[in-house]
Amino acid sequence: MLDHLPGVAPAQRRDAAIPVVVVVGNPNVGKTSLFNALTGSNARIGNYPGITVERRSGVLVLPDDRGAVEVVDVPGAYSLSARSADEQIAIAATLGLRHLPEPRLAVVVVDAGQLVRNLYLVLELVEARVPIVVALNMIDEVRNNPPRPAAVSMLFGVPCVATDARHGGGLDELRAAIANGIACPPMGAVRVPYPAALMRDVDRIAEVLPPGWRRNVERDRALALWALGSLDEEDDLVDIDPELRARCLDVRRAASGRDLDAEIVATRYGVLDRHAPELCGIHDPHPPKRLLSERLDRFLLHPKLGFAIFVALMLLVFHALFSWADPAISLVEAGIGLVQRAVVTVLPHTVLRDLLTEGVLGGVGNVVVFLPQILLLFFFIGLLEDSGYMSRVAFLMDRLMKPLGLHGRAFVPMLSGLACAVPAIMATRTMERQRDRLLTMLVVPLMTCSARLPVYTLIIGALFPPTRFWGVFPLRAMLLIGMYCFSVLLTILAAGVLGRTILPGRRVPLILELPPYRLPSLTVTLRLMVERALVFLKEAGTVILVLTILLWALLSFPRLDVGDPAALPAAARDTATAVAPPNPRTAIEHSYAGRLGRALEPALTPLGFDWGIGVGLIGSFAAREVFVSTMALVYGIGENDGAVSLRERIRGERREDGSPVYTPLVGLSLLVFMALACQCMSTLAVVHRETRSWRWPLFLFTYTTTLAWVASFLVYQTGRLLGFE
Amino acid sequence: MQLADTPLNARSIIARLDGSRAFRRRLMELGLVPGTRVEVVGKAPLGGPFELLARGCSLSIRREDANAIEVTDVQVGHRSALPLVP
Repeated sequence: MLDHLPGVAPAQRRDAAIPVVVVVGNPNVGKTSLFNALTGSNARIGNYPGITVERRSGVLVLPDDRGAVEVVDVPGAYSLSARSADEQIAIAATLGLRHLPEPRLAVVVVDAGQLVRNLYLVLELVEARVPIVVALNMIDEVRNNPPRPAAVSMLFGVPCVATDARHGGGLDELRAAIANGIACPPMGAVRVPYPAALMRDVDRIAEVLPPGWRRNVERDRALALWALGSLDEEDDLVDIDPELRARCLDVRRAASGRDLDAEIVATRYGVLDRHAPELCGIHDPHPPKRLLSERLDRFLLHPKLGFAIFVALMLLVFHALFSWADPAISLVEAGIGLVQRAVVTVLPHTVLRDLLTEGVLGGVGNVVVFLPQILLLFFFIGLLEDSGYMSRVAFLMDRLMKPLGLHGRAFVPMLSGLACAVPAIMATRTMERQRDRLLTMLVVPLMTCSARLPVYTLIIGALFPPTRFWGVFPLRAMLLIGMYCFSVLLTILAAGVLGRTILPGRRVPLILELPPYRLPSLTVTLRLMVERALVFLKEAGTVILVLTILLWALLSFPRLDVGDPAALPAAARDTATAVAPPNPRTAIEHSYAGRLGRALEPALTPLGFDWGIGVGLIGSFAAREVFVSTMALVYGIGENDGAVSLRERIRGERREDGSPVYTPLVGLSLLVFMALACQCMSTLAVVHRETRSWRWPLFLFTYTTTLAWVASFLVYQTGRLLGFE
Repeated sequence: MQLADTPLNARSIIARLDGSRAFRRRLMELGLVPGTRVEVVGKAPLGGPFELLARGCSLSIRREDANAIEVTDVQVGHRSALPLVP
């Protein structure tokens, strides 16, 4: 049937059998640029099964009508050896293990200025009989003393092409080499003179390789070498045959006194060093690019000057997130408000209209509102990564992050957390280790984000007098600063505790490459921004939208059945209700959220909160600043009455016995609760998207809420013991 | 002598790598096998990591890890500190 439709059936057939080409290489060799150049704009972001490492792939149409291939970008790696499940991706994806498709060809991207070190990976792949094409990339940086592709090709017996992916050089040749490689897989060969004793060990391990790994003698030996170099008592690799692991341990034990790792690695480097002169031409210890970089580092890594520059740069990033994003955020909010009002005037007042304006449109607003900060943060991250400065940030900040059991790279996500946890959690993907990423994601929400500011301002403004300490320090400002210090302190504490309990990590040695500075590429940066924004919209956005609608329903149903339904308020953000509601307090009290607030009261009373605050806390799930508008709703204050009247109302609110509901002590307890509880569904949605599970967001919510409850309890009860009300 | 104790900008040759297996293996895979020339070119403030130069490539390791690298043939002041301006 389908045969009658030209193009449909063949396309489907081709898709099913489309060969996979993986792009592998060390970090910082321009692999992303090359991948982008090969795939154009059709890259798709997926995920490796069972792990949160992203799998980027795209289609490359080969020249001369030789079909198309799927190009897959493998995360950067210095070698195939692995200690953790993330590092294992490199070997699994290149050799087609662990249910990943076996690639027809691997393109190994090599930094032409770092030839010997980069060829180590090439040697490993040739040993494992993986068909490869070598791309000698960034050839423009060594124009004066270029390495010889022909010599590389000769040594390993595989094609080698000089490329300059950033400026588009050598790409036609590379495409042709890929096409040839698909037609006739180039299996190289290289003789590595391992010691005889090591070869006997390797053969003993090769005997017990699982059947799925076996192919031919050379590949079996290479995999046995990989196993010997990677497996031990404490690696975190997955899907490893227990017999294979036992045999590796056995061999290592029998070889006591010999350094097996050194035998393997040093023999390989022996081969590369012996051939280095013919590969690299004249040996130049300081190629021009390096020399410039070293000079720049004299300033940028200078203990005092470098540190000052660093602080200035980070302040700029933070300032941008904090204030530059503001006009765009206001614009988004105004735009959504405009559409909401338009819908209100067009449609009759029904539940459907409320669902549309406050549920759906409100939800869209809740999603889009994050875009300015996400785009800005990834713009800076793109520039920092692409220029090579991000490694310097990790270098400078390592000392500070080390006590937290984190890497210097955790600094940028942590700093961004002071603006908003959502982009900050997305930024954790600049960290390589799974455990470090998780730990950072779990503590970043404790940082005081900008959405907490309006809440802090309301509470502090309403409940604390504008007095001065010792006649100098204004109490209100000091409190605000105190909240920031408190949140940073708690973040550090939480990282210390979580990093030693539920996410224990073996101390990982820091070995950080400081790549030469390069002019950051605007295309790479813009692409990163757009990719991240799309991932957020598509994956976290849907969850946020659904949760907003749920929350709207919680706050609006069941409805109070009074004479005129049009007079009833609908939801947290009463942007659209034109008529001032007669008695909204009863309406919200009547809603599920109100009932939930009432039901929660026994748990909230020890913190000094009443049901109204409970409803405010439920409402603030949409975004923390919504606490303010929900409280306005609870107290029946319209939009036009402004913040001052809400403040007054809060100050004047009395319990049945006439005592004030809100006292400075309640305010302090509420501030502490707000600082610690992860009352933000967008954060939870993003953690879900980044960890691909509901387990971690659930844990995050539980632990922060418990922490907040205990801390508020301590504050409130201690305050009462000290005689405050 | 340990690499951590060599003076700034002194060149030496790696003799032996101690420390955890992960550290030794990764360092060797980056080309810092015994017999390789290495140079400490910078130290981060407050006891932070070291910046090394080996095989024309800069990398950074922590102070305590630099203490696990034994070096020989230390040549002090071999490379007169790079001038700030060419």
